[in-house]
Amino acid sequence: MKNPSINNPYIARSPMVAARLLGGEMMIMSAVDSTLFSLNEVATAIWQGADGATRLEEIVRQHVCPEFDVEPALATEDAEGFVAELAAHGVLLVSDQPISAPAPPRESP
Amino acid sequence: MPACLTETYSVAIEIGGLPVCLRTDSPAFLRLLEERYAGFVNPSARPEFEFEVDLVPRGKISEEDDVRVRFDSGTWSFERGDFRAEWLPALRRGRIRQWANPYSIDAVLRIVHTLLLARQGGFLLHAASAVRNGRAFLFSGRSGAGKTTLSRLAPPDVTLLTDEISYVRPQSEGAASGYRAFGTPFAGELARVGENLSAPVAALYFLAQGPENRLEPVPAAEAARTLLENILFFAEDPELVKLVFQSACEFVSKVPLHRLVFLPDSRVWEMIR
Repeated sequence: MKNPSINNPYIARSPMVAARLLGGEMMIMSAVDSTLFSLNEVATAIWQGADGATRLEEIVRQHVCPEFDVEPALATEDAEGFVAELAAHGVLLVSDQPISAPAPPRESP
Repeated sequence: MPACLTETYSVAIEIGGLPVCLRTDSPAFLRLLEERYAGFVNPSARPEFEFEVDLVPRGKISEEDDVRVRFDSGTWSFERGDFRAEWLPALRRGRIRQWANPYSIDAVLRIVHTLLLARQGGFLLHAASAVRNGRAFLFSGRSGAGKTTLSRLAPPDVTLLTDEISYVRPQSEGAASGYRAFGTPFAGELARVGENLSAPVAALYFLAQGPENRLEPVPAAEAARTLLENILFFAEDPELVKLVFQSACEFVSKVPLHRLVFLPDSRVWEMIR
C-alpha cells in the first residue's frame, strides 16, 4: 500500500497511528515505533481529507486551495512530497485504488 | 482475586491504590523488600496481582541491555540484563527471575504499573510531585532538569510524593483537572521514597533552570510533545501506544501546564500554591 510514486493516488490515514488536534496543530503518533509527527495547517487539511476514497488532487482542490489561496498545481506538488514522506513512515496509505481498510478517525475527540 | 497469604515470605506493595503481592522463599530478600518499599507495604491488602520471585545467583539473566516488554498469547514478558519476568494478567499472577537486588523488582513494578495505567488513561511520568494545600503539583523533566533540586527546596508545608517518578491517573472526584497524583516509592537522587498518599492534580510544570524564577505558557502541542517524552512506557504494543498518546493529549487538554524557569533557591516555591 505504500507507494508514493503513484500518480494522483488515493490516500488514507493508517490505522496504525493515533492523531489529535491540539492548539491547531495536528499531532500524530505511529503506534508501530512511537515516532511523533506534527503537521502544519496545510498538511492537516490533507490528513483530514485522506479518507481512502478521494484522490490526492481532489483533496487538494477541495480542502487546500480554497482555504489557503494557492494554485492547484503548486499545492499538489507540495502535497505529493508531504504524502511521500508520511507514506514512507507508514502514517499514510497510498494506492491507485480506493482504500477500504478501516481508517482511524481524523482526530480523536 | 488471589489472596495474599500472610505467610512469612510474602509482601503486598500498594502503589496508586493497587496492591501487588511478591512472594519469595528468601527471608533476607523479604526484609530487603520491606525496607525498600517501607510506607507502601500493606499487610491487609487483597492484592490484584501476585508475582513469584525466583532468586538466582548474581549474573546476566537476559541478553537484552535495554528493557524489552512484549505481549504474546496472553502473556507479557519483560526482560533486561538483570531480570526476566512473565506476567499473565488474566490469571493475575506472574514470575520474576532475578538476583537479590531491589533494582530489578523496581523495574518490574514500574512496567506493570505502566501497562495497567495505559488502559486507565493514566501514566508514570518522569516528574517530581508534591502536595501543598491539598493539591498536587507535578514537576517534569529528564535527569538534570531540577526535579531533585526542587524537591530539596520544598518548604515544610509541602509533602513530597516522589522526586523522580510520578503516578497520575484520571479521577474526577474532587479533582478540577480530572486527575489525581499518587505517591510512589520510586526515588531519584534524593534516595527517599515518597509519601503514600494522593491528591487532585492542580498543575504540571515543565522544569527549566534559569536566571530568575518565572512561569511561561506552553502551547498545547509543545506540551504534549514534552509530556510524551517524559512518560515512562516500554511496551512494544501498538494498541497501548495509541492509548498512551491519547492519555497524554487528554491530560494536556485538561490540566494547567506551564514552564517553570527557576533559580536553585527556595523562593521558587512562592509560585507553587
